[in-house]
Amino acid sequence: MLDKNHYNTIIIGAGPAGLTAGIYLSRAKVRTLILNEGVVGGQMILTYEIANYPGVEAITGYELSNIMKKQALSFGCEIRANIRITDLSLEGKIKQVTLADGTSFTSDTIILAPGGRPRTIGAAGEDDFKGRGISYCATCDGDFFTGKEIVVVGGGNSALEEAVSLTKYATKVTVVHQFDHFQAYEHAIEEARSNSKVNFILDSTITAFHGNESITSVDIKNLKSGESYEFKTDGAFVFIGYLPNTEFLVGKLELNKNGEITVNAEMETSIPGVFAAGDCIAKRYRQVTTAVGDGTIAALAASGYIDSLIKKQK
Amino acid sequence: MLQTNLKHLMKADEHKKFIEENENVMICCGRNGPMCIPVYGIMEDLEGTYKNVKFADLEFDNPESSVIRNAPECRGFMGLPFTVYYKNGKLVKATTSIQNEQQITTILDAEFGKP
Repeated sequence: MLDKNHYNTIIIGAGPAGLTAGIYLSRAKVRTLILNEGVVGGQMILTYEIANYPGVEAITGYELSNIMKKQALSFGCEIRANIRITDLSLEGKIKQVTLADGTSFTSDTIILAPGGRPRTIGAAGEDDFKGRGISYCATCDGDFFTGKEIVVVGGGNSALEEAVSLTKYATKVTVVHQFDHFQAYEHAIEEARSNSKVNFILDSTITAFHGNESITSVDIKNLKSGESYEFKTDGAFVFIGYLPNTEFLVGKLELNKNGEITVNAEMETSIPGVFAAGDCIAKRYRQVTTAVGDGTIAALAASGYIDSLIKKQK
Repeated sequence: MLQTNLKHLMKADEHKKFIEENENVMICCGRNGPMCIPVYGIMEDLEGTYKNVKFADLEFDNPESSVIRNAPECRGFMGLPFTVYYKNGKLVKATTSIQNEQQITTILDAEFGKP
């Protein structure tokens, strides 16, 4: 007999994908538990303003997260945040998740939606100077650099848009990018190029951060010539994409070379009864709206899987 | 005012009284921003577990927060939030920028003991 710790579906992750799946499943009276290693909202909570979520004019990521969370709870979904998963068993008919406090939960299906996290450079000194000159959020920390010279690392939309926004504070912004071209949309490139405070160092990467209480310089290496030199700067903002939070899944199901979970159009993974959604899956576009879409599909597919299990039992 | 369920400190005097009257204190000084909100959320979750610690927030843009912003332990900090830990009224640990639950509980356990 299955106990109170058994659920029809356990969702791992409470970003937009996980919360959407939770809303759909609990509304369909599927007993659902969401387990989340951080604060509910995932990367969405780190977004200052979301202006392109259909049906909502402009909202903070925090507010949208809270609305989704309330929706899920209102339908009976259970949520446990700030937990740590120590063991996960995906094979077989009954899946099992064990937490650091020793509690175990079982389920018929699992939806993996652990999301991603900002990619770091991996250069020497990066950990030491986080918050002491290195930042991953222009909105949060931009004003600490008023009247200072800074570097922005990256060549995508976030990097170029934030480089321009940081000129409100900094006297000079130097964009350091590993390629000779940018991945950003043309309008973002044009805006950055036309801003007199923005300079560019291309084909280059930062290999080390130096300073005392805060950053005073970085080492820049030209990837074509191999030449390295010290570059004076008061701060560095890093916008070089995201990494999927899938380390705990290595060896348990199929991941691609980037560590992303491979799924089909039904969000099914390589293991029956295990689905995945959101920023952790292999896909091109990562938006709140795409995560919501993934979560919806995963929930409907998981619900169908549970129905098929019930039919087999009859 | 910060959008949290934590105790809000508004005045420097209130801050002084809070750290003097409570043996173990953790205060997060930040804004309603993306790097700060996760830390407030973790603190709210930990309040139930760490009964031996008093948790509070203080808005970074409130001039009264200078008691934290100008603390010697926060010199060189350039990332929100500034999170400070007090033992018997004395600042014993300070961190800058976002922290995860494990980083926070490691400090709480080391400075104030495991719950």
